[in-house]
Amino acid sequence: MQILSTPDSQSQLVETPSFLEIDGVSKIYSTPKGDNVVLDDISLTVNEGEFVCVIGHSGCGKSTLLDMVSGFREPTSGEVRLQGKRVTRPGPDRMVVFQNYSLLPWKTAYENVYLAVNSVYPEKSKAEKTEIVRTHLTMVGLDEAANKKPGQLSGGMKQRVSIARALAIYPQVLVLDEPFGALDAITKEELQEELLNIWRQHKVTVLMITHDIDEALFLADRIVMMTNGPAAKIGEIMKVPFDRPRNRTQLIEDPQYYTLRNQALDFLYGRFALTEGE
Amino acid sequence: MTTISPSARFRKSSPFSQKASNVAKSLIPIVICLTVALGIWQLLCLAPDSKMPGPLRVIAQTWTLILDPFYDNGGTDKGLGLQILISLQRVAFGYSLAAIAGISIGAFIGLNSFMRRGLDPIIQVLRTVPPLAWLPIALGIFQSSDPATIFVIFITAIWPILINTAVGVQQIPQDYNNVAKVLRLSGKEYFFSILMPSTVPYVFGGLRIGIGLAWLAIVAAEMLKAEGGIGFKIWDAYNAGNENSMSEIVICVLYVGLVGLALDRLVGWIGSRISSDH
Repeated sequence: MQILSTPDSQSQLVETPSFLEIDGVSKIYSTPKGDNVVLDDISLTVNEGEFVCVIGHSGCGKSTLLDMVSGFREPTSGEVRLQGKRVTRPGPDRMVVFQNYSLLPWKTAYENVYLAVNSVYPEKSKAEKTEIVRTHLTMVGLDEAANKKPGQLSGGMKQRVSIARALAIYPQVLVLDEPFGALDAITKEELQEELLNIWRQHKVTVLMITHDIDEALFLADRIVMMTNGPAAKIGEIMKVPFDRPRNRTQLIEDPQYYTLRNQALDFLYGRFALTEGE
Repeated sequence: MTTISPSARFRKSSPFSQKASNVAKSLIPIVICLTVALGIWQLLCLAPDSKMPGPLRVIAQTWTLILDPFYDNGGTDKGLGLQILISLQRVAFGYSLAAIAGISIGAFIGLNSFMRRGLDPIIQVLRTVPPLAWLPIALGIFQSSDPATIFVIFITAIWPILINTAVGVQQIPQDYNNVAKVLRLSGKEYFFSILMPSTVPYVFGGLRIGIGLAWLAIVAAEMLKAEGGIGFKIWDAYNAGNENSMSEIVICVLYVGLVGLALDRLVGWIGSRISSDH
């Protein structure tokens, strides 16, 4: 669990920047009725190889926060830095797994992944690129469906392709926006375990939005809980101390699991419950 | 067993009889309605001094024309098949130009909002100009009827192609654009992997409207000013003013309709073949 501890002294050292830094980020939209503050001065440091889940009610700006990490939106103030370099636009070093998969329907699973690999590693030979694509499709268990188009695949399979596409370009940060939100419970659990396996093999840093407290507890090293919008902040950061590899059955028998779960539930539905008319 | 064997025997014979009954099902209403329509036409033209020939007289008077569509007596005295080919040639030329220009300009203004806003009023005015209103302008410019009719085809067919392409380009789902951004796809890659495939259905919608308009325009333009062509033939037959004239006009008009239908179906078929992956 060493990767969890971030001694404050370390973050103060300027010469060794943290892996991923969200530094005093605010997002304000100007409207005729006045400023609409979506995110208010958010700071978060994520270590290399860490798995961080962001949890909060709808409309609290979770997606806006991740969009600023992936570069689709720019912060009004503050900045996001990856290895000390300021994030200004989307790029393959911060690959995104979109909630609705975002696969190109006219390309097969293989071609969708190949497009990404070919675009990010144009200097590699065709054989190398083919090998990368095959490896990653195998990793998500899609050997047989490689030549099928997204229209012929189930939701879970589509999300597998999307994950394979994201990992095949070896990003430094994997950004997932509620990746399993649209899937049934069984597929969801399967994919969670696959994601953990892949995360361990690839040693990729993961930033993932979820609505699901159990999912966050099963996957994450830390859970970032956000307060309600407007002007959302980070309300609390919960460390998830369970050993890895995690076993779902053992996990839910752990009394500590319920302590953490209740704590998160209390945060979301007690202290920051959505009130009527909000 | 007794219950199985009859049904098995029935199934064995069914593919053929099924197909035959399907064909009959779709043909019977057509045959009945066509017969009734021809019957009414014949009845309306029964009067001996009727200016309009009934269907039987049309066929009797144009039988030689129908039997020999490819005779060529020099000049503009050609069979109906050759006249149609002349018209089709003009359409092919003008329509191809319209497709190339319409798709290019449409894609350009679809991607460029400044040009789109600037050109929209011009396009909206020009596209409502009736095809024949362009003919004097075209004759004035080209001083020759052949390029003038081709120009009329071009200017008639280009608007739906251009507008549909522009709309198609604007309708590219944001998801695909996000994928392009995060992968930093090259211009070429974006064009072939995202822009073209997602725009093709819109473009073919425009091409299909365009071919219909082009065919409408060519017949009209040829009636006014052209050497040869099915429109010319109609006008020529009218000017001849002999007892066969009306029948010849009717048969020409029928051919125009059939060719127009064939062109529409052809473009529709090509479109559905190309965009069948979606």
